[in-house]
Amino acid sequence: MIAETGLAALWLAAGLAALQLVLMLMAFRTPIEVGRTIRAVAVVQGALTAISFAMLLIVFARSDMSVALVFENSHSAKPFIYKVAGAWGNHEGSMLLWVTVLSGAGAFLGWLSQRTSERTLVAALGAQAALALGFYAFLLIASNPFARLFPAPPEGKGLNPLLQDPGLAFHPPTLYFGYVGLSVAFSLAVGALLTGEVDAKLARAMRPWVLGAWTLLTLGITAGSYWAYYELGWGGYWFWDPVENASLMPWLAATALLHSINVLAARGALKAWTMMLAVIAFSMSMVGTFLVRSGVLTSVHAFAIDPQRGTFLLGLLAIYVGAAFTLFAVRGGTLKEGAPFELVSRESGLVINNLLLSVILGIVFLGTLWPLFVEAVSGEKLSVGAPYFNAVAGPLALVLAVLVGIGPLLSWRRERRPVFKQLTIPALLAATTLAISFIVAPAMGILPRLGLPAATFLAAASVLPLVGRSPFRAPLATWGMVIAHFGIAVALVGMAMNSAFTSERLAVVQRNETQTVGPWTILLKGVTPTAGQNFTAIEAELHASRGSGIEVLKPQTRYFSDPPMETNEAAIETFWNGQLYTVIGKPDPSGGWQVRLWWKPFVTLIWFGGALIALGGAIALLGRAWRRRRRKPEWRKERYA
Amino acid sequence: MKPKNQRLILVAAAIVAVLVAVLLAMWGLRDRASYFYTPTEISAGKAAEGQAVRLGGMVEQGSIQRQPDGVTIRFILTDGQARTPVMYRGIVPDLFREGSGAVTEGRLEKGVFVADTILAKHDERYMPPELGNLAAEHKAGKTLER
Repeated sequence: MIAETGLAALWLAAGLAALQLVLMLMAFRTPIEVGRTIRAVAVVQGALTAISFAMLLIVFARSDMSVALVFENSHSAKPFIYKVAGAWGNHEGSMLLWVTVLSGAGAFLGWLSQRTSERTLVAALGAQAALALGFYAFLLIASNPFARLFPAPPEGKGLNPLLQDPGLAFHPPTLYFGYVGLSVAFSLAVGALLTGEVDAKLARAMRPWVLGAWTLLTLGITAGSYWAYYELGWGGYWFWDPVENASLMPWLAATALLHSINVLAARGALKAWTMMLAVIAFSMSMVGTFLVRSGVLTSVHAFAIDPQRGTFLLGLLAIYVGAAFTLFAVRGGTLKEGAPFELVSRESGLVINNLLLSVILGIVFLGTLWPLFVEAVSGEKLSVGAPYFNAVAGPLALVLAVLVGIGPLLSWRRERRPVFKQLTIPALLAATTLAISFIVAPAMGILPRLGLPAATFLAAASVLPLVGRSPFRAPLATWGMVIAHFGIAVALVGMAMNSAFTSERLAVVQRNETQTVGPWTILLKGVTPTAGQNFTAIEAELHASRGSGIEVLKPQTRYFSDPPMETNEAAIETFWNGQLYTVIGKPDPSGGWQVRLWWKPFVTLIWFGGALIALGGAIALLGRAWRRRRRKPEWRKERYA
Repeated sequence: MKPKNQRLILVAAAIVAVLVAVLLAMWGLRDRASYFYTPTEISAGKAAEGQAVRLGGMVEQGSIQRQPDGVTIRFILTDGQARTPVMYRGIVPDLFREGSGAVTEGRLEKGVFVADTILAKHDERYMPPELGNLAAEHKAGKTLER
């Protein structure tokens, strides 16, 4: 019954989405009052998908093997949290989560929005319904999560052990909230293009959604990066894997949008550009979903394994992106550009920010899709990885990092205070860092060599907007910006340090023998078998020391039986100045064990930086919400009047 | 700046940005994308020495040799027609074994393929997608022999 309830809720939600779209179209043909109705429909639609998703969680929690999806992806002996998280660790479940978030976002838009005009809101809710409708169709036709099996098998096939990690519980939902939060920006942009009401008011309505989505995307990417780092046992934090790029592309677009939307909100300028970015940002979310969900990434031929799903998603993508860009082409030209600005102004700075981000986005996009293109055209197989992305996007990212330090010091409209004078101290610090790096490490790679001074410059420059004013009077949004920009510098230091100073050791070690890596001497004390709830393992005991004290690390190799698989569980010890990362490999015929050791100075700064960037976003969001509340205490009355 | 000029400049800037992105990407893709080759293509000299490429094939029975340092192995990848010797320093993936498929990333150095990574998904059922055809041919060949 539970699965059927879930399916029924999904069908009902799809019906309501259709109704919502019809209401919007009706309101456009003859101006009638549908605002209140369409809002209510959006809210109920959101509630129905939430019910549907809750039903899926229940069948997974109960290990109801009569549901095909549970049978394929779960096992009754799994820890409870992974049973629940397993609900979205597969294709159908994750698409249902996607749709739940999509219609949930629509519901919140309908419920809470008071900043947009009624006409634009109705149009936006219609657009949101059109989006949801396509994905409902996709779920109900091509990937029904509630399909039953008869007779019910006694036991499930189990969840991929790599996914049996707390990371799974948080990483995909966070990313999805980010991805799909951008759908509201998309719908608002489409709505505003339809009504022609592209103005500062719209920007202020869109901004919290973009800020929120961007914050969650940042958090999701950072968490995903750390998850890959500790779970895969390869010691790397970013692999330029197409799936990673799929999350990076919406982030880059959202970052650009986040900045241009401020120009629109504050100065009424960059109208067309901002609307286009709003369309692109969610389009990138859909491209990402298509890439990850269609299986097209491993090979064009993998696409053919499940052509229905891939083609369906590609069709949706083509329709939505095509329609939005057509609308943009028709209406974008009619928008009046807002207030003018001079060449040296904050507006120009943000334009440059946007251009650089767009170029980086283009480079990542082309690099990610290139293998598909080549294989489709010539049949040749190739892969594009770190050598391409680092060399082509890396230098641009560094230039951007330096400009991030300068931009916030510019004034709106025209130059008022000479900017370069303010930057003396950051520039001096950067020069000093560069000089020190030549003394300490004469043979550093070019990217970390330039990355360290760029980060120093940015770290010092990013706090300047708070200097010279009473810091506690500064708006929270300014604090958010400063913290996020400072976070970029922190992450950059982590990346540069990691690439310049990581030491690695790979060796066969006998019991009670030592190896050195960086400043550490590491002793293999022993290797013992052990077991967990649903796996057996061998565990090495390593004693690490540098001078005083001993750290004990216990890396494992785990053996799972459902499905049969072996995973490496790295043991990582964090210190203030870096991480010691250890992996146990295979036994050697001599009686020793393969051991892989890394000393990674300051590598944790990468994720601290990412967390700071997200924190900055959250603070800015809070600040915006709070200021509004204070400024306009009458908004509640207005709505219910 | 007049609003009209301003828009003109913005449009021009956007076009320049797109062009720059495409040019940079093309420049990077031309010599930084790594092609996938089979041992036959390697022996035909398709990959230049030192060029980063991927090599995929079946690990030949009895070809895995452990080197004295305990962490380097040598083995032979074959596609039935040609054989390429491979050297790899590192911990091999769990499902890397003789007689099964593997994809390696690395470069050719003096006739030996020096691999930086060996790719294998952590799944019994996994067959590297690039080897899909190869495995199918392999099976077809066996059926014919019978």
